[in-house]
Amino acid sequence: MQKIFGDYLEEFDPELDSLEMSFAPTTRSIRKRWSNNRLSAQFVGEYFSTFLPTNDDDQESDRRIQESKSAVSYVANELLENAMKFSDRDSKFKVKFGVYFLEHDPEQNAEITAVIYATNSTTSENAEKFRIFLAELLAADPEEFYVRQVEKSLEDDSNASGLGFLTMINDYSAKLGWKFDTINKESTVLTVTSMVQVTI
Amino acid sequence: MAIEEIKDTDYAVQYDSETTTVNFSGLLSLGGATEYAPINDLLNKIINEEPEQMTLDLKKLEFLNSSGISMLSKFVLGLRKKKSTQLVILGSAEMPWQGKSLKNLQKFLPSLKLEIN
Repeated sequence: MQKIFGDYLEEFDPELDSLEMSFAPTTRSIRKRWSNNRLSAQFVGEYFSTFLPTNDDDQESDRRIQESKSAVSYVANELLENAMKFSDRDSKFKVKFGVYFLEHDPEQNAEITAVIYATNSTTSENAEKFRIFLAELLAADPEEFYVRQVEKSLEDDSNASGLGFLTMINDYSAKLGWKFDTINKESTVLTVTSMVQVTI
Repeated sequence: MAIEEIKDTDYAVQYDSETTTVNFSGLLSLGGATEYAPINDLLNKIINEEPEQMTLDLKKLEFLNSSGISMLSKFVLGLRKKKSTQLVILGSAEMPWQGKSLKNLQKFLPSLKLEIN
């Protein structure tokens, strides 16, 4: 059964450019995988920046390119890390990761939105935990929730959870959405897609 | 000059005990709190010596993932109880993530001196 949370785009214009990659989460050591995540994320950031207008003499356009690379690669890296971390290894389902580029206005310097997403398989237990967390995240004030998560992690000496999503919302004004689904009607394998829209 | 260093192919974290400055450079995206523990331990070891001032120089740190931001946030929040040390964080306006994410640290520690140049 499908379930959607937050701002989630289900369909894209088939004429839009997009980029999709897939990764088998079992085939590499975590340390190598993490460095590979960042490389893939940086590649997507670089690729996205080529959609922005360039002007060598213009500091403003240069600043915008640097900002877009930084924002897209940060978000992409977080989504990939989460997808790798929470994949259900037994399902043999590959992590799918990609980006769409939405141009709001064909005029020069118009805004462009990068829609970055990652899909991973998950166990029903982890899916339920994640749904509870998302309900809390969507109901909370994100600035206040960020502080609360760090305070909690200091008290119980644990990892602060959700800071990736919270920094995207607070620091990059990103819109976030999630979709829970099954691979197909016959399958019991659950998937979760996290989708982040960052406008540059 | 005594230098203590934690490094890998993508990043380096160097502590200069004479200036009580920790210099971060490169791209840091480790897998979580366990992987960040050596850096976290270094920061806590320095703070436990109660220097008058401690500086984290992030100007050359191009990338930091949320696990790294989480480590820094926790460290800075923990300093609320250690009033003897003035913490200074140096950032660069040329690293866009720093302008966006470092200001959050001031919420945890209002006395923090954050300089982004």
